[in-house]
Amino acid sequence: MKGFFKSSIGKKFIMSITGCFLVLFLTFHMCMNLVYVFSAEGYNMVCEFLGSNWYAVAGTMILALGFVFHIVYATILTIQNRKARGNDRYDNQNLPAGVEWSSKNMYVLGAIVFLGLLLHFSQFWAKMMFAELAGCEGAVPDKFATPGWETASTDGAAWIGFYFSQWHNVLLYLVWFAAIWLHLNHGFWSMFQTLGASNSKWIPRLKTIGTVYSSVIIGGFALVVLVAFFKNCGA
Amino acid sequence: MSEDIKGLNLTLKVWRQKDRHTQGHFETYQVSNVSTEASFLEMMDILNEQLINNGQEPVAFDHDCREGICGACSLFINGRAHGPDDDITTCQLHMRKFHDGQTITVEPWRSGGFPIIKDLMVDRSAYDKIMQAGGFVSVSTGGVPDANAIPIPKPDADEAMDAAACIGCGACAATCKNGSAMLFVSAKVSQLALLPQGKVEAARRAKAMVAKMDELGFGNCTNTGACELECPKSVSISHIARLNREFLKANLKD
Repeated sequence: MKGFFKSSIGKKFIMSITGCFLVLFLTFHMCMNLVYVFSAEGYNMVCEFLGSNWYAVAGTMILALGFVFHIVYATILTIQNRKARGNDRYDNQNLPAGVEWSSKNMYVLGAIVFLGLLLHFSQFWAKMMFAELAGCEGAVPDKFATPGWETASTDGAAWIGFYFSQWHNVLLYLVWFAAIWLHLNHGFWSMFQTLGASNSKWIPRLKTIGTVYSSVIIGGFALVVLVAFFKNCGA
Repeated sequence: MSEDIKGLNLTLKVWRQKDRHTQGHFETYQVSNVSTEASFLEMMDILNEQLINNGQEPVAFDHDCREGICGACSLFINGRAHGPDDDITTCQLHMRKFHDGQTITVEPWRSGGFPIIKDLMVDRSAYDKIMQAGGFVSVSTGGVPDANAIPIPKPDADEAMDAAACIGCGACAATCKNGSAMLFVSAKVSQLALLPQGKVEAARRAKAMVAKMDELGFGNCTNTGACELECPKSVSISHIARLNREFLKANLKD
């Protein structure tokens, strides 16, 4: 494997593997979030199980490392690609139908996903998982609290209800989800293509599976946000 | 052309560039009464005849067989590699695809891997260098065997032939937003990797050709699929998946 990771295909291979890792995490995260739709208490129990131990922190760190690799390699590849394209641009370029907008703008979409991630970390990870580990108190108004969960930092469901009772937070998250959907929709089949796990029969199949998969994942996330909004917007 | 058939009157916006190191610019020309039955390159010949008669420098452009099989012609016409028609080379493009009074923009391939030599001519020797790095069979394969002596599954033979249709025109890299040559390299790797004589050196070939492609500064494939859509021979991006597979397999053997 000498030199593999320095080659153009090797760098894309790293993008695919880290991307796959993130897709799996998103799947897990969405399944966990969906518990909120059915039971606030159940959601808090899942959070308690996952958030109150250092193994979960170690998992988060590994995940963060995956993100860092994905972002660093995306930046390296984008710089190389811009250089390879040269400085001259066509007077006009009319690509035929069939080239997905998202496939041409993965780096921009990735930047939007990253900005959303910073917001998500500051608003959820820091105020739920980190606050719980650090023993900090949350700041959720009492009217949102889940009965039986006295400490606001462990009452994740209350925080979700409070945060998404504000329409502008809902809007921000839905825009973020749209960017993730577009990124995922192209990234899913592109991952298989880069790993060499596709052919002329499987490319259209993988594209369809990717669209369905992205829609289910992002639909699940959006459902939680919308349920939280409609449950609490009048509170 | 009979006198009762009116030809096309066109405005041509053509890229002119003295040499690799001089800044280029667009020049506008008028051509009149061009037959709809003329090919695009014949229309360029008409323009050049006009320029020579006026004592001006003709427009330099690549062409050879004018049958769509040599890969010499290039040209980015009205925003598309090889012009507005699908699955053809510039030499197969006919003026019936344009209308009277239309302005046609003609540009050279613009990609870091293909520096402009003059006007619409670009240096595509980078593709030759990639081929020289590994796009061949060097093992002794003996004399020509009987057609049925080496059984080859029909799907493999078909796919190898589809890949071999690549004429190395450079439309893929010229269209790609990343200036990637992956469609070309994958077609050349595929056409040999699928067949018995080529399989023997598949690992060495994939490694050598990818290394040369990277060394020459071509970009990375981000799977936009634009190359496949603009390829005059409809070479599929499924060959890129095979190249990725061959390259990974070759490296795992180390």
